[in-house]
Amino acid sequence: MERHFDQELGDLKKDLLKIAALAEEAIRRSVGALKNNDRLMAKHVIEEDARIDALELSIDEKCIDLIARHQPMARDLRFITSAMKINAELERIADLAVDISQRVFELADKPLLKPLEDIPKLTMVAQRMVRMAIDAFVKEDSVLALEVLKEDCEADALRNSIQDELVNDFMAKDGSAAPRAVPLLLIARHLERICDHATNIAEDVIYIIEAETVKHRRKVS
Amino acid sequence: MKLKNVTQAAGFLFLRICVTAAILALVVILADIVTKGIGVISWEFLTTMPKNGMTQGGILPAIVGTFLVTVITALLAIPLGMGCAIYLNEYASDTKLTRLIRMSIRNLSGVPSIVYGLFGVILFVQLMNLGTCVLSAGMTLGLMTLPWTITASEEALKNVPRSYREGALALGATKWQTIRTNVLPYAIPGMLTGTILGLSRAAGETAPILFTGAAFYLPFLPKSLFSQFMALPYHLYVMSTQHHAISKVRPIAYGTALVLITMVFAMNLVAVIARYRLRKIKME
Amino acid sequence: MKNAKINVSKFNFYYGDSRVLKDITIDIPENRVTGIIGPSGCGKSTFLRSLNRMNDVILGSRAEGSVMLDGRDIYGRDVDVAGLRRKVGMVFQKSNPFPKSVFENVAYGLRIDGIKDKYFIEERVERSLRDAALWSEVKDRLRDNAFELSGGQQQRLCIARALAIEPEILLMDEPASALDPTATLKIEELIQELKKKYTIIIVTHNMQQAARVSDLTAFFMLGELVEYDITSIIFTKPSKKLTEDYITGRFG
Repeated sequence: MERHFDQELGDLKKDLLKIAALAEEAIRRSVGALKNNDRLMAKHVIEEDARIDALELSIDEKCIDLIARHQPMARDLRFITSAMKINAELERIADLAVDISQRVFELADKPLLKPLEDIPKLTMVAQRMVRMAIDAFVKEDSVLALEVLKEDCEADALRNSIQDELVNDFMAKDGSAAPRAVPLLLIARHLERICDHATNIAEDVIYIIEAETVKHRRKVS
Repeated sequence: MKLKNVTQAAGFLFLRICVTAAILALVVILADIVTKGIGVISWEFLTTMPKNGMTQGGILPAIVGTFLVTVITALLAIPLGMGCAIYLNEYASDTKLTRLIRMSIRNLSGVPSIVYGLFGVILFVQLMNLGTCVLSAGMTLGLMTLPWTITASEEALKNVPRSYREGALALGATKWQTIRTNVLPYAIPGMLTGTILGLSRAAGETAPILFTGAAFYLPFLPKSLFSQFMALPYHLYVMSTQHHAISKVRPIAYGTALVLITMVFAMNLVAVIARYRLRKIKME
Repeated sequence: MKNAKINVSKFNFYYGDSRVLKDITIDIPENRVTGIIGPSGCGKSTFLRSLNRMNDVILGSRAEGSVMLDGRDIYGRDVDVAGLRRKVGMVFQKSNPFPKSVFENVAYGLRIDGIKDKYFIEERVERSLRDAALWSEVKDRLRDNAFELSGGQQQRLCIARALAIEPEILLMDEPASALDPTATLKIEELIQELKKKYTIIIVTHNMQQAARVSDLTAFFMLGELVEYDITSIIFTKPSKKLTEDYITGRFG
């Protein structure tokens, strides 16, 4: 039987997809701004964040309201509590996009140390992981969610290699390279954090579907 | 523990003795009447007039008389009794006056039947100038039955669940609509049972008809409601105590008793069947 | 309040000398479900029954103040109480089908209204049963006795019976308190459908139920209206401590 409650859960899901779309858009734009040294775009990302923050609050409120009014159980309960967490993850992802955009301003008037290579790769990994995590949530596909978890290692590896390169090849050799290297170092860190949040989302999705906690259980490899 | 068991066993034994004694008395009386009366019962006995100073012939006028009187009783007691009950239970507010009335009605059912008989003489025979006749006797019995009818009907009305009334009222039914469509149909079986039991008791009464219309010996049927009549209980009384040749007519007396008992029993049976039938109908 | 269907103001109700409702002032909006919660004896049922004057039958009862339905006082002098009850339907705590067939139960309100048209009645009975989400279950059993239905079906039959006379308001007095969880869920889902057409006021001692089905919730205690607000506010951030204590189960 279709419950009226299902409609409300559907509405909640729609809201989550909306904040997910906004977060994805924020990443895409911030990375674009970085690539093209587009300060206007970077500014736009920073301004847009207010909308995402507002949406996050409204989703949170909706979840609390649903719990209070419907006393959800089992899958419904897992869905709503996870929705609250996914909501927070997405908002954090959007914040990281803002952080990346701020780095654009720091780098803006300085020539690049070298052509960007690994950062675009890490960007792609991050975007793919966010995309897959959201897809897994939409399609309630725990297999896809597991894929996200696997990708996280690649993200870590990429970040490490970027870090090694920036620290050993540039900063260690030439102290004056630091002002140009640190923002890139931070961007790598932001992107890797985005991957971590995508991982968390994937873990929440698995919890909703399989009622199983995969968080903190994976072997560190 | 043991004492308890003994007390309980003794209690049950006492109750069993009571029941056995009551049933035994009943069975003895019935067996006596049936064995001694059955011999006289014949088609002729039921359908002919008494002859030769009631020493021969049948008891037809008594049967017809009792039947007619009972019909009059029913016509008076049923509508009036049910009407009273409906008013008391559904409309009258709970005041000291209504409580007094209700108590009086209960008390009236305990008044000896001879008192009703004398009252009937004064009211119907003399004041209303109806004379001693079927009508006077029937109405006297009707008055006597009334308290029974009212009490039984009120009980039946009380037994209709409150939810039926509330349900109907909540659907916009007026009070009378509620009573008519959603209370009476479910109360009538109970009302009828009580009423018929009252009527069967009335049919067996002698005292109230003694002065109001029953005749000692009338070898023809009543011509109208204003004629005197013979009645089974009175006939029985006459045959067993007043006749000049009591021992000779003893079998006729037993036959009369058997017919009267059978009639009363039949009425009670009708009450039971009617109740059962109406119960089923109301469910549809 | 905008779109208020019922405006109750300074309403008091007495059983003999005891005042069971104290200065109740509340506006009930149209096409919404308004839930009334509170511990037993708080007057919530009395309040509900005041709205279609079902309390009138109780001897020695007395009402003060006003209950305006569409701007007209239902306790006014020349009010046709039967007519009022056709407008304000009621479903009781214990399902109370009449000992008649399923069909006749639903047709009852039409018949006492003097409607004779067979086709009209048939059509209305079917529609009411559909609206009460019962049609598919009883369409082949219309001639069966209503008592043969299950408890949940009987309650929906009572709802259908109330709907048949096309009321504007539906009062529900703990309509699911005697039902199992599945039957309860059906009734609750039904209420969500019904509010599209009717203004619904539901009394329930089950606050979770009020939380689930009602748009607005009123909390009554000791004959007083303690708090009245949007349901999600009452259940997430009530403004009165008494409400908070009650809904968190600290008393009652």
